[in-house]
Amino acid sequence: MLHNNSRLRTWLVILACAGFSACTTVKAYQKSKINDSEMELSARRSQQFEQNFQLYREGGSGANGGKSGGGCGCN
Amino acid sequence: MKKISLSILALWAGMLTTHAQSPADSSHYVARTLHLDEINFVSGYYHQDGNNSAVTGGIGTEKLTDFANTINIQVSKFNAAGFKHTFQFELGIDHYTSASSDKIDPHTISSASSADTRVYPSLHWTRSNEKTGNAFGVSASLSSEFDYQSRGIGFLLTRLSKDKNRQFDFKAQAFFDTWKVILPIELRPPGQEGGPYENKPRDSYSASFSLSQVINTRLQAMIIAEPSYQHGLLATRYQRNYFTDGSERAENLPDNRYKLPIGVRFSYFLDDHFIVRAFYRYYMDNWGIRAHTAEIEVPVKFTPFLSLSPFYRYNTQQGTRYFKSYGQHNPAETYYTSDYDLSSLHSNFVGANLRLSPPKGVLGYQHFSSLELRYGHYMRSTGLTSNIVTLALKFK
Repeated sequence: MLHNNSRLRTWLVILACAGFSACTTVKAYQKSKINDSEMELSARRSQQFEQNFQLYREGGSGANGGKSGGGCGCN
Repeated sequence: MKKISLSILALWAGMLTTHAQSPADSSHYVARTLHLDEINFVSGYYHQDGNNSAVTGGIGTEKLTDFANTINIQVSKFNAAGFKHTFQFELGIDHYTSASSDKIDPHTISSASSADTRVYPSLHWTRSNEKTGNAFGVSASLSSEFDYQSRGIGFLLTRLSKDKNRQFDFKAQAFFDTWKVILPIELRPPGQEGGPYENKPRDSYSASFSLSQVINTRLQAMIIAEPSYQHGLLATRYQRNYFTDGSERAENLPDNRYKLPIGVRFSYFLDDHFIVRAFYRYYMDNWGIRAHTAEIEVPVKFTPFLSLSPFYRYNTQQGTRYFKSYGQHNPAETYYTSDYDLSSLHSNFVGANLRLSPPKGVLGYQHFSSLELRYGHYMRSTGLTSNIVTLALKFK
């Protein structure tokens, strides 16, 4: 468990450093591609029911924009 | 675990403090009346089949259908100070039929538990500064079905950096649920086969921290952590467990559960026709479940208003230490389940999403702004398969 936590933390730090240190300042007028409707980082509205059934059929849940608590989940 | 959470919080706190927000200049805003922003309808049909029902101890049919529908209405107005107030009302209605739930009392040909309807309204209010993008809000929700009632409250906060390339979101939610304890018919006390049923509470608390960043003109990413804690009745008491000595008991699981999922998302604009969306999540909890989930979706844009997005999702999990299959539990165990949803497994999910959003409206109707049709096929290593079709319509 401790070994896993240490490895996970290392990956998180590497990921965060690599990702955010490579950032360039993007001006509003340069965001035509970023603002494309298919570029949204959130899950699609049409995914809400499949996220619910995945939550029921698998042990893991959360961190994907879906429900993470409340409701039965017993079907 | 504590160190991981602290590292993430420290990282976000550092980034936020370097982008302190200036007071809003709202002088050019004027008060407006309530305006209808959009109406969303989402309708889904789900069907599954398998042979590891937890209701019958890990064997037997898992056939289930669910027809789910939600309507979401969003209205907004600006106040005199220039802040935008957004109100969202959502109403969901699910109707499901479950062959395994019907086995809670197998003596009936088709018992009340073979089908049920769940109704779940919710209300959200958000106050946002259109100039800075900063916002906060609260929400309340209800959910009701025959044996389960849920009440939820939530709080959200959004902060944007000055250049609007970085966004931090915080969300806190609490659910206060009540579950009717229904045992398998043969395990009910004599004389109480038809009830009354005892009610037990289940409380859930979750927090969500997410940080999204525009990395360059084509790439943006998000990291999200969503710790949660549940307390109360977490076992599904009408699920049977069979032991090595031939005895039978109702499922029993600890009354506390801590979960920590951490995820990352990327969206990359490859060119005018291809976009790549990727998601990865690591999940751990104190019941011993560890899971990796990866998903990739490649929207193919035929025109700026028509796209087809094939997707693939892979999930692998190490099951809970409390799981054993039919007839394998030791009678000395305190906690036990034969629910294959909590077992070691891997799954594949494939499908496609069609999106249509013409500038003159879908079918030429100006207010019908978009249509999405999504289909997915799910295959689990335990033999369970399912199909889901979802239709999402947006009117503006």
